[in-house]
Amino acid sequence: MAFDSLSDRLQYALKKVTGRGKLSENDIETMMREVRLSLLEADVNFKVVKEFTNEVKAKALGEKVFKSLTPGQQVVKIVHEELKKIMGDEAESLTFKVQGITIFMMVGLNGAGKTTHAGKLALYCRKKYNKKPLMVAADVYRPAAIDQLVTIGKQLNIPTFELGTNFSPVEIVEKALQFAKDNHHDLVIIDTAGRFHVNEELMLELENLKAVAKPDEILLTVDAMTGQDAVNVALSFHEKLNVSGVVLTKLDGDTRGGAALSIRRVTGVPIKFMGLGEKLDQLEVFHPERMADRILGMGDVLTLIEKAQDAIDEEEAERMAKKFKNATFDYNDFLKQIKQIKRLGNLKGFLKLIPGLGSQLKNIDIDENKFNYIVAMISSMTEQERKNPDLINSSRKHRIARGSGRDISEVNQMTKQFEEMRQMMRKMMNMSPREMERMMNNMNQPGGMRPGTNVSQSKGKGKNRGRRAPWQ
Amino acid sequence: MGIFNNIKKMFNKNKGQMSQEEIDVLEKAEKYKKGMEKTRGSMATRLKTLFDSYSTINEALFDELEEIFIMADIGVNTVLELVDSLRADVRMRSVNDLNEFQSIIIDKIFEIYVKDEVVNTNLNLSDDGLTVLLFVGVNGVGKTTSIGKVAHKLKAEGKKVMMAAGDTFRAGAIDQLKIWAERVGCECITKPEGSDPASVMYEAIQKAKNENVDVLLCDTAGRLQTKVNLMKELEKVHRVISREVPNAPHDTLLVIDATTGQNGMNQAKAFTEATNVSGIVLTKIDGTAKGGIVLAIRNELGVPIKFVTMGEKITDLEYFDIEQYIFGLFSDLFE
Repeated sequence: MAFDSLSDRLQYALKKVTGRGKLSENDIETMMREVRLSLLEADVNFKVVKEFTNEVKAKALGEKVFKSLTPGQQVVKIVHEELKKIMGDEAESLTFKVQGITIFMMVGLNGAGKTTHAGKLALYCRKKYNKKPLMVAADVYRPAAIDQLVTIGKQLNIPTFELGTNFSPVEIVEKALQFAKDNHHDLVIIDTAGRFHVNEELMLELENLKAVAKPDEILLTVDAMTGQDAVNVALSFHEKLNVSGVVLTKLDGDTRGGAALSIRRVTGVPIKFMGLGEKLDQLEVFHPERMADRILGMGDVLTLIEKAQDAIDEEEAERMAKKFKNATFDYNDFLKQIKQIKRLGNLKGFLKLIPGLGSQLKNIDIDENKFNYIVAMISSMTEQERKNPDLINSSRKHRIARGSGRDISEVNQMTKQFEEMRQMMRKMMNMSPREMERMMNNMNQPGGMRPGTNVSQSKGKGKNRGRRAPWQ
Repeated sequence: MGIFNNIKKMFNKNKGQMSQEEIDVLEKAEKYKKGMEKTRGSMATRLKTLFDSYSTINEALFDELEEIFIMADIGVNTVLELVDSLRADVRMRSVNDLNEFQSIIIDKIFEIYVKDEVVNTNLNLSDDGLTVLLFVGVNGVGKTTSIGKVAHKLKAEGKKVMMAAGDTFRAGAIDQLKIWAERVGCECITKPEGSDPASVMYEAIQKAKNENVDVLLCDTAGRLQTKVNLMKELEKVHRVISREVPNAPHDTLLVIDATTGQNGMNQAKAFTEATNVSGIVLTKIDGTAKGGIVLAIRNELGVPIKFVTMGEKITDLEYFDIEQYIFGLFSDLFE
């Protein structure tokens, strides 16, 4: 996810410090250099980086750290706390009028993603707050900007107000507000044209729009890939319009998104949402405190837990556990399991939330289709075959391959995996608690194994690699 | 040094005494100067104040220089390299004079860009037959707008141009390109939203060949470089074009927004891998961002910049000129 590389580097920097007895001033200096470079590479504004590293340094040099038994951990904590301090303490929500029409205005540079996010927000507010939104096409400059918003409106089935390009944005907004009143909309989202913060004429236009619309929220849309200039942009918009929130877009790429830190620090305006893709439901509430965890590579555990809770049916999980125990696990159960995993959504996105996995997954392309293929193959089995996996012989495998349109080698691979899983479960369920403990220890610390256990053999390159369990 | 001497001299010359060529250079310089006014405002002023406040060249000065370059998004690696090499130069030649030091700075940036090569910023137009230009980049950098401007420029140079609306994904993208085609006065080949972009290219190429078009400009949907499937789609587009026209695409232009930070490097790497990028179009340099990342891209990947755009008008595009660009960044220092 967004801050992978930043967390990688910080983790690397912190690794050098953790694990040593005491922190010297030199250690802190080395570490601050890494932190500084890391933040700069992440596009955090130079001044913010300076302030940040100075604050951390000052705190780390204080006696608190030196008295501590684990100074490295204390530094992690300080870095983490300072990051959190910049990001703001909690996720800030949108402001709605208690009565009457709530008005949002989207502003920002060209190409930041205002139009797309006007659509995303409209959808989000309809879903989450039960609003009846109206989108207003007030970008009369960019060719086909109005078409774009209208198309998005059609996709979402949300009405879009437009008057073509022959009216001024102020006129459009005035008429749109009347239209919203007449048609009982309780939320109006105004899409404005992209503009440079230094274009005085166009900034004045926004000020006029603000005066007419009296928006409850002015949302500055900022591309997460923005470099050092993010601060200038945010400051200018904020000075002229008193921005109420930031929508950070394109966070689904590999940008480190340091702009988030800078903007928050320099303007104090909270980041309220993040855009995570081109699809209109790919919008998430920005959680500053979690983002700080993520920067440090602690993984976004909270998000993970929430996601998993939503998706996994507890009763089902319990039933499955029983199955494991009795070793009656069959293809029907396998299918159910896969479907549960799929319900978690994009698997890669999900796995990346797990601490420590983020950086390892960076270059791996998980083929989500693989799950679909497995589902197809299992669906091509007869009910008998699913219940009794031992039935499946070579000729049946060929039939399954034909039925699912996959290659025979894929069927073989899948049945093999399934068998391994089944055997593993059987063994685990029949182990004594002591054996179980030993296995866990072996798994956790590959270097710490006692000599003479079978593990060292099964770890080799032989064909049985990974198949023979240590307790065999 | 003296790379700017010619430009500087011209500003002081009477227009009546100039050759046409000189007037052209001067007009271009004016355009850069004006376009980069805001950009320059911050960077050059800071440099100027910096030099005003130092009387000798010392470590603190180097530190502040480092800061100024990083502020320009030039990128940590390239900046460290640049400042280290400045340090070495100052030591080797025992420079104490601040004016001389300023010239060395400019020379160094110039060196990073030129790298002892003859940098070809011209488009690689085919001598006979159809030239195909492919425009690629992440979302919202200005691909479609750049196509409109490049098409306008090529048409003004007497070329018969055509556009292919390969962004079949984003709402309104096809209409946006069509409007630009109308403004330019050229044909635009489109297929309905959701069509395979490669098939749009195929059709456009057939049509362009039949109608003896000189240059076909192909738009593509914006995509983040981390989206594997979309990058594969782009590879396919590239493949179809090279299959239909020998040596095509003659130029694959990566469009980069000047406000982009370090992610620009990742963009350049990934797009070069997928489509063999041959040049960069640097857009939106009329804001306060410097687009310094293109210097890092040139330094690390060797990809040159071919165009810069500086405004929303159809004529707001220039062939890239490193002297003009650096001049635009620093001109306050020389006046």
